[in-house]
Amino acid sequence: MFTIFKKTRELEAEISKFLDTIIEASIHFKEGMKYYLQGNIAPFEEKVRIIDKLESQADDLRRSVEENLYLNMLLPEARGDVLALLENSDDVLNAVEETIIECSVEKPECKEELKQEMMQLVEAVVDAVDEMVSTVRDYFTNLSDVPNHITKLKVHEHETDEIGERMRRKIFRRNDLDLCQKMQLRDFVLRLEKIADLAEDVGDRVDIYRIKRLV
Amino acid sequence: MTWIFLSSGFLLGWSLGANNAGNIFGPAVGTRMVKFRTAAAIASIFVILGAVISGAGAAHTYGKLGAINAIAGSFTAALSAALTVFWMTKLGLPVSTTQAIVGAIIGWDVFSGNLIDTTTLSKILSTWVASPILSGIFAFVFYIALRHYLARVRIHILEMDLYTRIGLILIAAFGAYSLGANNIANVMGVFISSNPFKSLDLGLFRLKDIQVLFLTGGVFIAIGIFTYSYRVIKTVGNDIFKLSPIAALITLLSESIVLFIFASQKLERLLISIGLPPIPLVPVSSSQAVVGGVIGVAFAKKGWKMINYRLLIKIVMGWIFTPVSSGLLTFFSLFIMQNVFTQPVYYPKPHIITQDVIEKLSNMGIKDPNLIELEDKIFKTQVKLKSVLKEKTSLNSDQILKVIELSEVDSILIDSNLVNQILDPDMFTYCQLKSLKKLHGQLFIYKWQLKDKLQKICKDWRYTGDKLHDKDINEKLNIIFRKFRISEIRRLQPS
Repeated sequence: MFTIFKKTRELEAEISKFLDTIIEASIHFKEGMKYYLQGNIAPFEEKVRIIDKLESQADDLRRSVEENLYLNMLLPEARGDVLALLENSDDVLNAVEETIIECSVEKPECKEELKQEMMQLVEAVVDAVDEMVSTVRDYFTNLSDVPNHITKLKVHEHETDEIGERMRRKIFRRNDLDLCQKMQLRDFVLRLEKIADLAEDVGDRVDIYRIKRLV
Repeated sequence: MTWIFLSSGFLLGWSLGANNAGNIFGPAVGTRMVKFRTAAAIASIFVILGAVISGAGAAHTYGKLGAINAIAGSFTAALSAALTVFWMTKLGLPVSTTQAIVGAIIGWDVFSGNLIDTTTLSKILSTWVASPILSGIFAFVFYIALRHYLARVRIHILEMDLYTRIGLILIAAFGAYSLGANNIANVMGVFISSNPFKSLDLGLFRLKDIQVLFLTGGVFIAIGIFTYSYRVIKTVGNDIFKLSPIAALITLLSESIVLFIFASQKLERLLISIGLPPIPLVPVSSSQAVVGGVIGVAFAKKGWKMINYRLLIKIVMGWIFTPVSSGLLTFFSLFIMQNVFTQPVYYPKPHIITQDVIEKLSNMGIKDPNLIELEDKIFKTQVKLKSVLKEKTSLNSDQILKVIELSEVDSILIDSNLVNQILDPDMFTYCQLKSLKKLHGQLFIYKWQLKDKLQKICKDWRYTGDKLHDKDINEKLNIIFRKFRISEIRRLQPS
């Protein structure tokens, strides 16, 4: 009997660690982007490396949780939902990783006048990701708080959309950039918006799963 | 031969295990929270324990409704009930063993000319109505309470899953125990008066003859659980399976509590001891209790909107249609059994109003000048006696019932050599046993004569007005009436 309790606690800890990893990655992402916009390339590359490592750690944790859920036949009712949540949260982390790697590969040039807004966009995206993690965490332990988090998540996502659109308009109105530079920057802005979109999708799923879980 | 006759009871037991065990652990297996084998093993063990330890309470009520006293009659009644259940299941109509067996007993009563005990019958019918309602109320209250509780505490989904699993296993055990205790009467109740088993000494403890009968019935319920219940759970489907595991847990808990309170003699005693009216011990339908629970949970979730009137009509139809068809089938089968297979399906209980009976009645304040006219005439059935009494005397219906009760001819012979052999010495006081031995060699034609004699010799046999005590005395007297009946003594000593 005690082993069952112990196993359950271990699995809970693993899920929690998985979510912590996403939060950790989002913090490094924010700092990394800050370094990049300041032109500090060495610490930026260090952050890219850390995020890459965190992403593969999260993958391992997710796989281990999934395996445990199946092997021990846990959560027969909500298993599908939990697996989908973990995978979709992982997708968000993947998007964060891909974005920063792409930034490291392409090194898009961000004009001084755009830097402040770019940082605002990054912050809004990170806020959305953090709120998504809180939403998922509360789906596991505290259903009644889930709606609050979802509302906040939607606000952050909307903020990214607004900043993103404003930036894209500004980018294409500039005369000091080539079309290819404009398109490169636009892609980068869209990538950032996409992260928040994915986070919002996770929130929408949790909203449905929450209703399913109400006894 | 005895085993052949008992076979219809085993068939009923098997079908109870196959059909109703799903009401106990169906959702646990259906939602894949617990493996079938685990659930079936737990349910089997506890169903047998429930039947053997607590089965007597509810079974006693059936004895009052109609004590089928010939084993061929028991066989026919049980078979007719089983066929009714089988046939109605085929037709897709709602059916419960409980209702079928009550119909069968009434069918036997009518066939054998016994009066139907309307007090007991109305008690049984009222519990049929009460059990789904009670189960619904329990489910409603538990659901609301649990929802409030869960909203306040933070339990991880995985821990919740673990607690639900443990809860489902515990309830499978409790539910199976209650099912065994409450429903063994459906399976073996009709065989009590013609029970072929003797008590069994297992060293550590002793099983009474009725417990041995219930043990065999319980084993067949367990066989039903193992051989067929999985298929029933998988194919028939059930309203409870659509519920979430926690809602299912609440439904099953409510159902189990209902089965338990209608079977627990301890609870009955507790209620009497604190001066509350006792809950009648009556076998109730587990399926209907489940439906009540489902409605209770749904009501707590959605309010009036969810009331499924078709489901309610189905329940009420079950109350009427099942006992009527089973009763009719029993009546005709008894006719065939008696006339085609020439088996005695009942031993007539003749009634004679002797001078002793008239005197006893007049002591009780029941007097009628015309009773003398009926003196020493033999009435073969209660129905016949009742109609004659109605016609010739001016007694009211309660008084008529008293005349019928006191004039029932029995033949009880007290043999002091058998006292220690066939009675459980722990059950009786020294004075009670001694008084019985004092009556060695005496033959009693009426039960009340033996009772009066015993009460005269030993004060431990006297009523005190304390309900529990008086109930105990009656139970002990019934055991003595049964064990020292001449036909029973002959069976024990074939030589």
